[in-house]
Amino acid sequence: MRDVRLLADDFAPGDALARLEALGGGGVASFTGIVRGGDGLAELLLEHHPGMTLARMEAIAAEAADRWPLLGLIVLHRYGALVPGDRIVFVGTAAMHRGAALEACHFLIDWLKTSAPFWKRERFDDGRTRWVESRVEDDAAVARWNR
Amino acid sequence: MSLHILYFARVREQIGRSEEDVDPPATVVSVADLVDWLAGRDPGAAVAFADRARLRAAIDNVFVDFDAPIAGAREIALFPPVTGG
Repeated sequence: MRDVRLLADDFAPGDALARLEALGGGGVASFTGIVRGGDGLAELLLEHHPGMTLARMEAIAAEAADRWPLLGLIVLHRYGALVPGDRIVFVGTAAMHRGAALEACHFLIDWLKTSAPFWKRERFDDGRTRWVESRVEDDAAVARWNR
Repeated sequence: MSLHILYFARVREQIGRSEEDVDPPATVVSVADLVDWLAGRDPGAAVAFADRARLRAAIDNVFVDFDAPIAGAREIALFPPVTGG
């Protein structure tokens, strides 16, 4: 089972976990990314490339399915205007054993951050806006999955 | 050769538009050549493309390096390094 979606609206991680748990494996792993508040952040705008983003997400999911013996995986990523506390992304994996589920989940979120075309713009309470810069730590995180 | 160009995020804001059709001269062979040519004809593009380390490209929805040839391309997207997840 492979379910990869680009969403304008919120999603329910509990529903996604229940679908993964029903696949008959021994383990389900997940990561949920949430908009961090603080520093006067009022809104996080997620811009994407309509012709490319979903295809890249599907390619990353296919790579994970290729590398680990997964029973299922779910990748949900939102776009548009979000506020602190909102969910941005969900990655869930199901496998017979925990190792594959945990590693594939970690791989998926590292790769999504560095190779799916999304860009974040922060807007603060005082009206300032700022594009979030890519971080070298993210590139380092993904480099460890290279083989 | 007519090319459709897409701009995203900071690059889109600095150039002031999200897309355009261009007809570069035959001397424009690679993505790097195209970026130089676009920067030379538009002050906003010159600012957006000033730091190549903060610029990425895709040809027909596939990430490419700047030395990639643009022959046969229909659409080229230029954008900052991605920040999803």
